[in-house]
Amino acid sequence: MLYRECGNFKDNYAKDMAIFPIPLDRWGLGIMLVFAFLVIPFTASDYWLSSIMIPFYCFSLAALGLNFLTGYAGQVSLGHAAFMAVGAYSSLILYGRYGIPLVPSILGGGIVSAIVGSIFGIPSLRIKGFYLAVSTLAAQFIIEWVLTHWKWVSGGVFGTIDVPNLYIFGALLDTPLKKYYLVLCIVALMITFGKNLVRGQLGRNWMAIRDMDVAAEIIGVSLFRYKLIAFAVSSFYAGVAGALITITYYGAANIEEFNLFLSFHLLGMIIIGGMGTILGSFLGAGFMVLLPIFINQSMLTFMERVPSNLRANSEAIVFGGLIVFFLIVEPYGMARLWHTIKEKMRLWPFPY
Amino acid sequence: MSQKTEPILQMEAIEISFGGLKALDKVSLQVYPGEIMAIIGPNGAGKTTLLNVINGVYTPDNGRIFFDGKERPLKIKPHHVAAMGISRTFQNLALFKGMDTWSNIMVGRTKKMHAGFFSQGIYWGMSQKEEIEHREAVEGIIDFLEIENIRKQPAGMLPYGLQKRVELGRALASEPKLLLLDEPMAGMNLEEKEDIARFILDANEEIGYTIALIEHDMGVVMDICDRIVVLDFGNKIAEGTPDEIKSNPKVIKAYLGEAEGGGE
Repeated sequence: MLYRECGNFKDNYAKDMAIFPIPLDRWGLGIMLVFAFLVIPFTASDYWLSSIMIPFYCFSLAALGLNFLTGYAGQVSLGHAAFMAVGAYSSLILYGRYGIPLVPSILGGGIVSAIVGSIFGIPSLRIKGFYLAVSTLAAQFIIEWVLTHWKWVSGGVFGTIDVPNLYIFGALLDTPLKKYYLVLCIVALMITFGKNLVRGQLGRNWMAIRDMDVAAEIIGVSLFRYKLIAFAVSSFYAGVAGALITITYYGAANIEEFNLFLSFHLLGMIIIGGMGTILGSFLGAGFMVLLPIFINQSMLTFMERVPSNLRANSEAIVFGGLIVFFLIVEPYGMARLWHTIKEKMRLWPFPY
Repeated sequence: MSQKTEPILQMEAIEISFGGLKALDKVSLQVYPGEIMAIIGPNGAGKTTLLNVINGVYTPDNGRIFFDGKERPLKIKPHHVAAMGISRTFQNLALFKGMDTWSNIMVGRTKKMHAGFFSQGIYWGMSQKEEIEHREAVEGIIDFLEIENIRKQPAGMLPYGLQKRVELGRALASEPKLLLLDEPMAGMNLEEKEDIARFILDANEEIGYTIALIEHDMGVVMDICDRIVVLDFGNKIAEGTPDEIKSNPKVIKAYLGEAEGGGE
């Protein structure tokens, strides 16, 4: 009753193939957008905007990128943090050293990352599964090494580039609110683009490769082409996410932020959130980014007297426990959980 | 059956071996436009290998292959073969299990869709028009195979018989010049077999598809096929109409063993 699919008659294929065919979903999305664009910016504090929401959006975007590759096209990557780093460094070089405007610099960072990503994607044509995972691990190490040792990239000081003052269309981008809007606009546009990609023929071809690659090729899907497109699109998203988080949150491109741990973190996000779903990338990023902060805050509130080192450790234990709990409850991720809730709500309160 | 004498697929003296095993030994065969041809033979005779050679999955050591009047290189990417107009179903189910039925069939049309990357991302104009156009064609196939009620169910959750039917739909979706079916009725009960046989006959007679199929059920093969090729241990041992094959002593020997000498 609460979630109605019935009574919603589509009389042509265009309506059935619309991005959100069910009116309730459209309303839900509209409310979310209003919330993100109008409610959060004017109610949240600067701390919330700059240290919680911006990283959350950026990691969601990076997780979405990895989800294209792993969740949709079925190719594992353990080098995505490195692709984020490539995006971060190259966008700062474009902006700071060559004076290209901010938004083209960010997209340019993504494009450089896409090129690097597709080069490291070439082995996927020969190897798959765990073996591919190990070969993308090489990407992580090679890129980290290049960024720290190649003097031209970073100027040679511990592989760090500081973010200069940011101007967008001549206006100084200084307050958290302005940065929040920059991130939100780019992320919203890129999600829409990505959603269209995965529900179209490209997404279907990716999923065909994921589910049964030999059959897909005999049916007519070029593995070479679509695997490389998957790597390129995926690292483009990662690169843009890396660039955004660097200029709006970290304040300096530093290879330490994009280490192997972050690659695992991204993989964890999409596994917990739900592979092969757009929503899952966001739920997963929310889980990994917001939940630790939430646990931390609630521990501060309820366990004031507990010594801080004990509190820090119990945070890790609670967080780890929750990961295990969610994976046992729903191995297909939180997006599937949401799907199940929708199924339940369809009949509620009169299940037969 | 049309009376054109020019074969659509012609294979000449195809040889392929895996290690020491000669999987196909100088096999030649022709498929004529508009016919239903069966490839039969005992287990391990090389039937699926033959289909894999046609599809480009295996590269034969020797021989020549002509398709649609033109010689085709022996070494070729499978998706190029698909683009030439050869479609295929598989012996062991090879559906894309995580996708729903209509998306599975839609993948079959991938060679006909040309919307660019950015057009797809924006989903505007050409890409949207194309999606809707092809969705209509897919609905036509769904209608033809009578699977309207499962069009939005995930293919992996369907019962076996229906999965086989969806796979047939995926192969039909590319509107192939030659349709290869690898055991389309394996593991089915009588009723399901009759359904599939009806769809194959309809596809042949109403739409005019040329079909080559592998099947173990002799009753079905004899009933629906125009011509039969028999393989045994990588050799072609017989070719002809169902009646000729039924009475061919070599075929009987291959299936039942030597009559004299007390069996094995």
